[in-house]
Amino acid sequence: MAFEQIRKNSQAQIVLGLITGILFGFLLQKGGVTDYGVIIGQLLLTDFTVLKVMLSAVLVGMIGVYVMKVGGLVRLHTRIGSAGATVLGGLIFGAGFAVLGYCPGTAAGAVGAGALDAAIGMVGIALGAGIFARLYPRLNRSILNRGIFPAETIPQLVGVRPGIVVIVVALLIPGLLYLLEVLGF
Amino acid sequence: MTAWLSMVSWSPYIVGAGIGILIWSVFLLSDHPLGCSTAYAKTAGMVESAISRGKSEEMPYYQKFTPTIDWYWMLMVGVLIGAFLSAYLSGTFTVLIVPPVFAASFGTDPILRSFVALIGGILLGIGARWAGGCTSGHGISGTLQLSLASWVAAICFFAGGILIAGLMYGFSFI
Repeated sequence: MAFEQIRKNSQAQIVLGLITGILFGFLLQKGGVTDYGVIIGQLLLTDFTVLKVMLSAVLVGMIGVYVMKVGGLVRLHTRIGSAGATVLGGLIFGAGFAVLGYCPGTAAGAVGAGALDAAIGMVGIALGAGIFARLYPRLNRSILNRGIFPAETIPQLVGVRPGIVVIVVALLIPGLLYLLEVLGF
Repeated sequence: MTAWLSMVSWSPYIVGAGIGILIWSVFLLSDHPLGCSTAYAKTAGMVESAISRGKSEEMPYYQKFTPTIDWYWMLMVGVLIGAFLSAYLSGTFTVLIVPPVFAASFGTDPILRSFVALIGGILLGIGARWAGGCTSGHGISGTLQLSLASWVAAICFFAGGILIAGLMYGFSFI
């Protein structure tokens, strides 16, 4: 299969990463989510731009990825989570999200748009990743595997076919976005 | 077309749909999700290699995330370029250190903002690797695959973020 050759070609992947990044960065900036005020506005629940972008991406992405999966073109890449890793790590991430006012992707976009505080944030993120790598063996023995989740995906958890969950989520997301508009956000 | 590229902003729904389609191409052509925090772990590994020669190869974490320039690393280079192009074309490229919203509550001191940004970044880096992904890896790429861990992670990102932003700026919704 032609896709298999592209996937295995590391040079092609480097170029694809760059092109994907340029498009992603362009979209993030046009969406306004590389702006500190927009991200803080989301966390203060006064501006729902971040949620609108994310939910639209999930809606469109989910339908396409699952259609391609049925057609045998793509594989899913999910991993099992745990309370110790996913919940604890997620909350630490959330704290950093509010304190920096950007996330790892939008920080790079903010630098591109001229925000130098985001560049300092990027140095901090790399430092944080380095600290985690040093702590990893100890954390892996103690906390990360505590409270492993009962399932890898939501369809497995609920015990229904993935297609049904895709349809439910595909109906819920536009409903939620419509509700946000009605409420004036 | 040029008028469209030079618009200051696009509808968040158009932007989201664009990101969704971009992720189709990543699954198809690269066979993995789109995530931003991996590049930071790789960068940390490169620095670790440079300062303590050979040590990073022995560290278990860098055996999982090898410190090499690959798709994930180039993605971040691209994000910076893409956002610059967008801001430049719309004439909104502005160099700043203290964002106006931050300045309105905490003042215009660049040293204070830099310090806060560094602390925030460190927390983000630790949290992203601890949870196994960030807003793009878990929040978009993982949730759209209906990964349970990613939905839980995304909820925790916002729960933690709403709490700390509220403590910093006041809970405006109460």
